[in-house]
Amino acid sequence: MPSVMELYQLLPRTNCKICGESTCMAFAVALLGRKRKIIECTPILSENFKKQKEKLESLLLPSAGAEETGMIVHPELCTGCGNCVVACPVDVANDPKGAAVGHAPTNDKVIFKIVDGKVIASNIRECRRFGKNRVLCYACIDPCPVGAIEFV
Amino acid sequence: MLFGWSNSTCEAQINGIRLAKKMGAMIDDTSSFCQGMLIEKVLQNKFKTCSLEEIRDKADVLVYWGSDAQDSEPRHLSRFSYFPRGQMRQRGYEEDRLAIAIDVRESNTAKICKGHFYRISPKGDREFIFALMDALSGKVPSYEPKKMLELAAIMKKAEFGAIFVGIGLTYSIKNDFEILVSLADMLPNFNIMPMIGHYNMRGFNEALFRETGFVNRVKFEGGAHDAKYSIVEALRTKSIDALLVVGSDPVSSLPRSLLAHLASIPVICIDPCVTMTSKIATVTIPCAVAGVEAAGTAVRMDGKIIELSKILESNYPSDERILTMFMEAL
Repeated sequence: MPSVMELYQLLPRTNCKICGESTCMAFAVALLGRKRKIIECTPILSENFKKQKEKLESLLLPSAGAEETGMIVHPELCTGCGNCVVACPVDVANDPKGAAVGHAPTNDKVIFKIVDGKVIASNIRECRRFGKNRVLCYACIDPCPVGAIEFV
Repeated sequence: MLFGWSNSTCEAQINGIRLAKKMGAMIDDTSSFCQGMLIEKVLQNKFKTCSLEEIRDKADVLVYWGSDAQDSEPRHLSRFSYFPRGQMRQRGYEEDRLAIAIDVRESNTAKICKGHFYRISPKGDREFIFALMDALSGKVPSYEPKKMLELAAIMKKAEFGAIFVGIGLTYSIKNDFEILVSLADMLPNFNIMPMIGHYNMRGFNEALFRETGFVNRVKFEGGAHDAKYSIVEALRTKSIDALLVVGSDPVSSLPRSLLAHLASIPVICIDPCVTMTSKIATVTIPCAVAGVEAAGTAVRMDGKIIELSKILESNYPSDERILTMFMEAL
């Protein structure tokens, strides 16, 4: 994933405040957090910034398919080991007889599931990174040695 | 020689042993170049061992030694060892469990173990074991003293530990398991678990052990057990003139220099899949896939017997049935 500085370097850096943010850096942070869109920066739409705009779009492309919590699952990297299914604390709480003790999920309340050998995420609103009391949870990222799950 | 067996049901393996006995043939399986010696020691009760369920419920320190379980046994960590919450380890891997990897490279298992990865040089396991034994007995080890004392402290504190012995360690200490036995004696809370690749290798080892007292490399004519009856030695010395392969692919797994003799003798291959061996075999008999198209039993790496059920109909006979027909014909 790109860093805030990478995005900032591509913005006009004039702090014109047209977008409503106080600085271009603040806009870059909002851009990375998917709270703002590139088109909301009007100066960058001009011909002079065409190349920068294209670069920005390509940098932000991977996060386009992210879930509401910012989760991206890369099925092409997944090996289907099920570490994330068993490790996720939400899965453990919602499926104490299945995912919690190492078995396959026994109900549909779980976040992670292995279908045809690849991980898929559902019930994303249950994720600990979502909602009012959100926490910076790493329970599904740490157990994955191939980096098939990431958050943006 | 009758070879293979690690991917067959227990019933087929017992039939195979009977067939070998009747013919006075040599019988060997893939464990002769895998974990055979270790399983022999486990079956002789030289090591303290336990079931995988006990590891899931009780284990707090897990040592993956020369084993990349994440890649070789992909469901091992998520189902039995590191990640699941056990009866006595409700907080699972987050707080209650500690995983340690000892390996020559940073494998995927080592990546999961993160801060507790001990990298050793190839064939450095023996030195590592001696250093660990020194550290456990209170001496300052000559090899990386700080790290070894740290590891020894973790292992001493363990309430229920498990050492997963992979093929890396087995090959490195060259089947000299006495040093591993003496290390295990110093760690009363630790259990030894052989990490087995094929699903029913232990089943064959146990069946042959019951029959002859050895786990592999047996010649029934004269009832002898010797290293020269292993597939590798038999092919190298050209002492066999026909080979029956059941559920294995020696052409892919054996050294290339041995294959010339294998290709020059008649080979009968019983396998559900097209393999390199089935391609060069004189006779190939396709069979049903055990656990999918044929029922039976298998022995897991910890010795638990697992029932395999038939879930699909197939026109092919099971390997057990084929071997029974062989017996009838003989």
